[in-house]
Amino acid sequence: MTGTGVGRVILEVSNASAGYDEALVLKDVNFHVHEDQFTGIVGPSGAGKTTLLRLLLGVVQPRAGTLTREADLRVAYVPQLETVNWDFPVTVEECVLMARTDQRRLPWASAQEKKQVAKVLERLGIGDLASRHIRALSGGQQQRMFIARALLREPNLLLLDEPTSGVDVNTRHDMLHLLSDLHDDGISIVLTTHDLNGMAAHLPHLMCVNQTIVAEGTPAEVITPDVLENTFGARLEVLQHLGMPIVIDEYVSGDLGAVTR
Amino acid sequence: MNLIDSLVSPLTYSFFDRGLIVATISGALLGLIGVYITLRGMSYIGHGLSHAVFGGFAAAQLFAAQFYVIGAGLWGVASALAINSVSRRQRIGADAAIGVITTGSFALGVALLSKFGARGPSFDSALFGSILGISTFQIWGLIAVGILTVLMIVFRYRALMFTTFDPDVADASGVNVSRTDAMLMIVLSLTILATLTVIGVTLVAAMLVIPAVVARMITSSFSKMLIWSAGIGSLCGFVGMYLSYYAGVPSGTMIVLTGSAVFALALVVRSVRTAINRRRNKAAALSQAGQTSPAVSGKKMPVAF
Repeated sequence: MTGTGVGRVILEVSNASAGYDEALVLKDVNFHVHEDQFTGIVGPSGAGKTTLLRLLLGVVQPRAGTLTREADLRVAYVPQLETVNWDFPVTVEECVLMARTDQRRLPWASAQEKKQVAKVLERLGIGDLASRHIRALSGGQQQRMFIARALLREPNLLLLDEPTSGVDVNTRHDMLHLLSDLHDDGISIVLTTHDLNGMAAHLPHLMCVNQTIVAEGTPAEVITPDVLENTFGARLEVLQHLGMPIVIDEYVSGDLGAVTR
Repeated sequence: MNLIDSLVSPLTYSFFDRGLIVATISGALLGLIGVYITLRGMSYIGHGLSHAVFGGFAAAQLFAAQFYVIGAGLWGVASALAINSVSRRQRIGADAAIGVITTGSFALGVALLSKFGARGPSFDSALFGSILGISTFQIWGLIAVGILTVLMIVFRYRALMFTTFDPDVADASGVNVSRTDAMLMIVLSLTILATLTVIGVTLVAAMLVIPAVVARMITSSFSKMLIWSAGIGSLCGFVGMYLSYYAGVPSGTMIVLTGSAVFALALVVRSVRTAINRRRNKAAALSQAGQTSPAVSGKKMPVAF
């Protein structure tokens, strides 16, 4: 798995600033998405991770700077589960079918659409859940349903907002494998995550964001005490385990160490 | 008087026939649009818009008595688009701005009607609904709005559902969210205008909400929710009209009271069903725990939930 950003540039953000109302959330951001990208965006809450994702998606417009997309780029988005209205009366199949909204006017699915939805749900291991209400799924299944909806658009670039938020260890592993498979199939992936050890450290390329891009590189390059302090504003200790960085909160290892050990 | 007589005897009055047709179609129409309004969390906007339309209704009567429907329609559509634009800005004060725009418009309507009097439908009938004086033009207007609404729902079904569920992703997936929202708001304002005479400005919002909320309690499917909501709305319109006739009170109040009774009934039925299901699940879990604990035959293990 490469994913550190090689090959053709499919999306380019140059000197971009973005925000909501009067507040600027992102300033002077420069970022290239390559056709082989597999990047995790990390940073503290309110750092602008989701705004950066929405900027790449095209629903937030840059206040300054430019965003250039390749002409035939197809971007798909997987939302954060916490932001979804789970009371909305919709089944898994209906939800996935939303990806085809711009391609058919009639309410009911065509035979071809039904086949395509069944195929993508099968691929994601939730083929037997098509007629269930979206709330009746587990967290991992809900995440897969939104990935299925995204895949139905046959994207070149897949954006995921906190795909492992609130899921257990096994589901997180499954998600990492699934995303890795999709990347191997030629889909560029950019995701946000809070999970430095369980998610970010396993990705080929990371971007540390706090209103602007603080650092980017492989996990070994950016998961360092200095970069993390510049990003999170707190000193974090980093250990090495089997060649992978593991972040330890300095409060636990230092100030409160005597209590927790 | 038996039930059949009670149902048939009011039909001898043509004003009642017209009222019954308008109330039944109005209920269905408000039920359909109400699904989108409640799922989008726009109940307050529906309430505000009905008040805004009242301002247009009064002003248009003053300047062009014959064409007050067109004037009120234009006012309503303009208010709908203004509210849509304000609500999309996502500022904290958006709801306050909507409150000011719509109640200001309502106050203007009250002031104009108080000063110059009503030349079309009366002040009270505009506020609380009336079955008197419904013209053929109004019935055809309502049918036209109904057809427009059904066409919009059929041919923009997917776009309306996607933008209601997840507007950001819909936007990024090639759906024109602004146009879809604007279209819904225009149809909403036309629906309010067309149903205003029977249901009344102050009560329209209730009929936008009640059938949809009851339908949501019944089904978890979007398409079925539309059908149930339209059915419940038309039933409330139909029953409410008869109750209005026999109770001698404005039609809008009885239609809304019927809707409220249906809502209360649905709430009770759902609570009872939830309690029964909980009991069943608990009993099933207990019996399953008993079967999978062979070591304690004849003695039930304590089960932690």
